[in-house]
Amino acid sequence: MDFSFTEEQNMIRDSLSRLIREQYDWETRNKVIASESGWRPEMWAQFAELGLLMAPFSEEDGGLGGNAVDAMVVMEEFGKGLVIEPYVPSVVLGGGFLKHGGSAAQKENHLASLMGGEETFAFAYAEPTSRFNLNDVSTTARANGSSYVLNGQKAMVYGAPWATHLIVSARTSGERYDDAGISVFIVPKDAAGITTRDYPTMDGFRASEIYFENVEVSGDSMIGEEGKALPLIEKVVDEGIAAICSEACGAMQIANADTIEYAKQRKQFNVPISTFQVLQHEMVDMFIAHQQSVSMTFQVTMRLEEDEATRKKAASAAKVQIGKAGRFIGQAATQIHGGMGVTDELRLGHYFKRLTLIDSQFGNVDYHLRRYTSLAEGQDLSAAAE
Amino acid sequence: MNLEFSPEENAFREEVRSFIEENYPEEIKGKDREELTKEQFVAWHQILGKKGWSVPSWPVEYGGTGWTPTQKYIWSEENARADTIMPLPFAVSMVGPVIYTFGSQEHKDKYLPGIVDGTTWWCQGFSEPGAGSDLAGLKTTAVRDGDEWVINGQKTWTTLGQHAEMGFFLCRTNPDVKKQEGISFILIPMDTPGVEVRPIIMTDGGHEVNEVWLTDVRVPVDNLVGEENKGWTYAKFLLAHERTGIAGVARSKRGIEKLREVAAMEHDNGKPLIANPDFAEKISQLEIDLTALEFTELRTIAGMQKGKGPGPESSLLKIKGTEIQQRLTELTLEAVGNYAAPYFRGFPTDGDNVFPIGPDYAHMAMPNYLNMRKTSIYGGSNEIQRNIIAKAVLGL
Repeated sequence: MDFSFTEEQNMIRDSLSRLIREQYDWETRNKVIASESGWRPEMWAQFAELGLLMAPFSEEDGGLGGNAVDAMVVMEEFGKGLVIEPYVPSVVLGGGFLKHGGSAAQKENHLASLMGGEETFAFAYAEPTSRFNLNDVSTTARANGSSYVLNGQKAMVYGAPWATHLIVSARTSGERYDDAGISVFIVPKDAAGITTRDYPTMDGFRASEIYFENVEVSGDSMIGEEGKALPLIEKVVDEGIAAICSEACGAMQIANADTIEYAKQRKQFNVPISTFQVLQHEMVDMFIAHQQSVSMTFQVTMRLEEDEATRKKAASAAKVQIGKAGRFIGQAATQIHGGMGVTDELRLGHYFKRLTLIDSQFGNVDYHLRRYTSLAEGQDLSAAAE
Repeated sequence: MNLEFSPEENAFREEVRSFIEENYPEEIKGKDREELTKEQFVAWHQILGKKGWSVPSWPVEYGGTGWTPTQKYIWSEENARADTIMPLPFAVSMVGPVIYTFGSQEHKDKYLPGIVDGTTWWCQGFSEPGAGSDLAGLKTTAVRDGDEWVINGQKTWTTLGQHAEMGFFLCRTNPDVKKQEGISFILIPMDTPGVEVRPIIMTDGGHEVNEVWLTDVRVPVDNLVGEENKGWTYAKFLLAHERTGIAGVARSKRGIEKLREVAAMEHDNGKPLIANPDFAEKISQLEIDLTALEFTELRTIAGMQKGKGPGPESSLLKIKGTEIQQRLTELTLEAVGNYAAPYFRGFPTDGDNVFPIGPDYAHMAMPNYLNMRKTSIYGGSNEIQRNIIAKAVLGL
């Protein structure tokens, strides 16, 4: 059992945290998210230069030989700084599909440029009425000779405005909710027939609604086998869950620290409000919620490579913990900040928004509690029957 | 970062598992603490004493094992898995470490062997009717008279004091200084004239705790541990000792397994209760909370492997650990439904002449639920633990 970080991981944390401190100050960040493009491609290039984009890939794939722990380290720093560049969409999700499902040629064509920052990816899976269900796919991919033709709409695609390529889930056979019959494709975003509606999100990112109208893609743009993509999608999304859990931990840390600091400064009834026991105990519960979230993030990150059922339970357990803790900390931090907590001026509100929306990203507390239960219950009932 | 145990650690787990299988006394297998006689209670402790495993955390020179924190974790996991009755903390985790850390050579020679081999039963005399969370406000006095201390006062909540041969007591030896600075740590044989143990019956019907009345109790001055008026320091040391185990993760894991077994046997509208999604999700949520606590404990253990002591963060383990233990008994109570209600006066200690009503697993659901309310009150209430974190960790 080992809970320590490698030297490389510690270096990644240190250099990233320095970069954020020096070039990602609060004012700059707010200017960037209000700008037309909403991000800084030059910052992305710096992340590439630091090796962040290569960190969680094996040496065989041209990476630095790291794994999900490296992504965890990166994402915690992203969470502390509310960094909006598309590490999860491009490196964790896009990179995840390529490394777990990509053919030799697909890896050859895309991995190096993904790690170099020249190509960026976004994962288009949700649809307007699919909610969190990964098997709810209505977008179709019809075989047409050696190519496929995509039709449908994808919703809330984080990072899509900045992407050069999309990973798209589409149905090659079966009915809307079938597990079987789902395939994934790598699609250049400038392919003919794609239109997008880009928009900012409440938590500072950019996302798109994407419309596919007779978009023709070649057969070799399919990742993995036709109609059998759901297990791969689930695996990659579980890795995305681990990454945003870590991001949430970083955001919780700042929300808690800001709250303690504010409570010590703010005087009412002639004393700092931090001397009130009712607030002290609230802040202790916020501390505990953060610590338990860090523990759960370690838990899911270390279990991503275990068998499918263990991995799914680990991811859902973590997402339940982080969803609840994020909501609790966000609300309590806002409450303790009083009127200041609900202003746009204070950075706290922005952490609150990100923590709130992390819950619904990749499935909220209710969804994951149900998924966890369905996995746990199967085991129980068979055990009880023995 | 990884979760794998080393080959040596896996071999150790095998060794522990087979030792328990081969040596745990048949007659107490599967029984709860409440069902045991004093002799049965100490049987496993005495077997462990012979093996050299009764005081794993102690320094090797006094009988400890020298196990790593990970080995101790494996040890507690395997004991939980086998539902063993572990030694009470009063001797092994409380007075023992105080004696080998602060006691004289004579104290060590006289008292430590009886703790290691499980032949001396120790109880704790700390709380008083007027001194609970404000323990330093205690009023029991010890006055020097020649070669003796003369002790007067009343202690309470003394767990299983009715069985004890020895007790360790906090007594006021100087009333004229700050309250924390006038307390001494004194050992009292429980058969000393003037010591009276009176039972307190708890809501579960059990006799687990007692009042201890001390009236002109005389013990030799040598029964003072360490320095006079330094007792508060020793008490704080004692209460902070072995905090990681307080989370009770392994026992609660086993508890959730048992709860699932109960919920699989109970029926709800023609299906097993476990198939009721509302109830199943309550169990899931509890298990998720426990997983978070387990990994928090593992992080603490990993820190200890590197020499970092479990700091005041261990209050977190106490708070979450006890919340989970309580929730577990609460859900078990919910699971058994109607059969939570029958009351068996004297069950289970009165033996076989009682034929309980309802399924076996339901008998203790209500008593356990009632009994576990103590966990967020004892050992420094959970509110006091929050005060500790607020002050020592958050700097409030």
